[in-house]
Amino acid sequence: MDDLQRVIRDYVVKEYLEEGDDREVTETTPIISGGIVDSFSMVSLKRFLERKYEIQIPDADASPAAFDTVASIAALVVRFQKKA
Amino acid sequence: MAYGAAVREAYQREIAGIREAGLFKEERYIHAPQAADIDVEFPAGESPRRVINLCANNYLGLSSHPDVVAAAHAGLDHRGYGMSSVRFICGTQDIHRELERRLTEFLGTEDTLLFPSCMDANGGVFEAVLTDQDVMIADRLVHASIVDGMRLCKAQQDTFKHSDMGHLEEKLQEHKDKRHRLIITDGVFSMDGDLAKLDEIVALAEKYDAMVCVDDSHATGFIGRTGRGTHEHCGVFGRIDIITTTLGKAMGGASGGCVSGRRELVEMCRQRARPYLFSNTVAPVIVAGALKVIDLLSGNTERRDKLEWNAKYWRKGLTEAGLDIKKGDSPIVPVMLYNAKLAQDVARDLFAEGIYVVGFFFPVVAKGQARIRTQLSAAHEKEHLDRGIAAFTKVGRKYDILGKTKQQIIDRFGL
Repeated sequence: MDDLQRVIRDYVVKEYLEEGDDREVTETTPIISGGIVDSFSMVSLKRFLERKYEIQIPDADASPAAFDTVASIAALVVRFQKKA
Repeated sequence: MAYGAAVREAYQREIAGIREAGLFKEERYIHAPQAADIDVEFPAGESPRRVINLCANNYLGLSSHPDVVAAAHAGLDHRGYGMSSVRFICGTQDIHRELERRLTEFLGTEDTLLFPSCMDANGGVFEAVLTDQDVMIADRLVHASIVDGMRLCKAQQDTFKHSDMGHLEEKLQEHKDKRHRLIITDGVFSMDGDLAKLDEIVALAEKYDAMVCVDDSHATGFIGRTGRGTHEHCGVFGRIDIITTTLGKAMGGASGGCVSGRRELVEMCRQRARPYLFSNTVAPVIVAGALKVIDLLSGNTERRDKLEWNAKYWRKGLTEAGLDIKKGDSPIVPVMLYNAKLAQDVARDLFAEGIYVVGFFFPVVAKGQARIRTQLSAAHEKEHLDRGIAAFTKVGRKYDILGKTKQQIIDRFGL
């Protein structure tokens, strides 16, 4: 897990897991399809990433599939960092 | 032909997929008015059998109350069957406005606007009162109709962990720069039966200059000492900015909903809420029935008191039998089974025992949180509850889940 993935993982654990929920989140853990969080609540992660990395992720690219794992989210951030 | 074989087959495959995933929903035909005892045809084609209904939102037992039925008949005679219009063209009768006045008084607000349903009220209210300069901050377990309504609104969306006041406060701080902040929650959460901490939410709203919206559909009529709702229970009556609620549950159970709250916010809904502007008015017969419901509830707490007694008796009975129930103060009592198939098997066996309940599982509730949601009614007598407890005990014994912990149930049946 690289630094970017670690930032995303830490945010997911802090923002979405309830207290006492000790599920492990790795870079390939399905976050939305695995039921950890619904796509509706993921908007705060998108906003966090946009602010932290000074990027804009268009809604069309912020699909539940693209936001399903730490690895896929990190790939999306990298893609839009390059565009910026 | 546009609906050709390939299109038809594509839909058939999708439906088959829903079935294979165990998510296929089937209706059960009821050959009786809504009540504690109903005649249910299930599976379709079988002779109806009489069962105890423990899954209706008929909390106060008013769905088929003779006085409500008589008032609806009178409404039909005096104001007709339909209005064939939206409200603002020629769909507002004197009784529509009278019902809005009575609801305003009952809920302790400034004004009220009727909608065809609370689903419509939630679908329209946010877009009507907020813009892209504002933010909506919702509890993560709010009803699906609130999620839909928020998606239709241009204001920024955010959520907080279920009933986590610390997390809500963080969000309020994060969104200090917005023009308006609106905190959104259910009053009673429909799947868990727990109550929102409205006293703490209102305190935070006052601290951070935010408005509060509560969907009190599973509370209006029976939560609180005189049944006014969660705000009465939490001691913040008169301090909620927007209440959305339904006439389709405790308040007679037919249909219809409303937005009730600050005068200007209700007026904004009258001017801008699309489900109000572009959908038919609530039928006169329903308005007349709802007025009678409010008559029955005003100054008389007998029905909500009986419901409260029933809920306590039921919770105690199931707990003593060794079932794992979600704790709470509402007449929504979830029996936790965790495994989706187990929830369906137990519900099926209970039906065979004369108890009508339904299993809930993902995506209606979170994965690994499958349950049977039981709902009490003032229409239930002690005998109904005793028979229900006996049936749950018998079926629970069959699956060896009595007295078992969550972990023991999961170890045996999986998630």
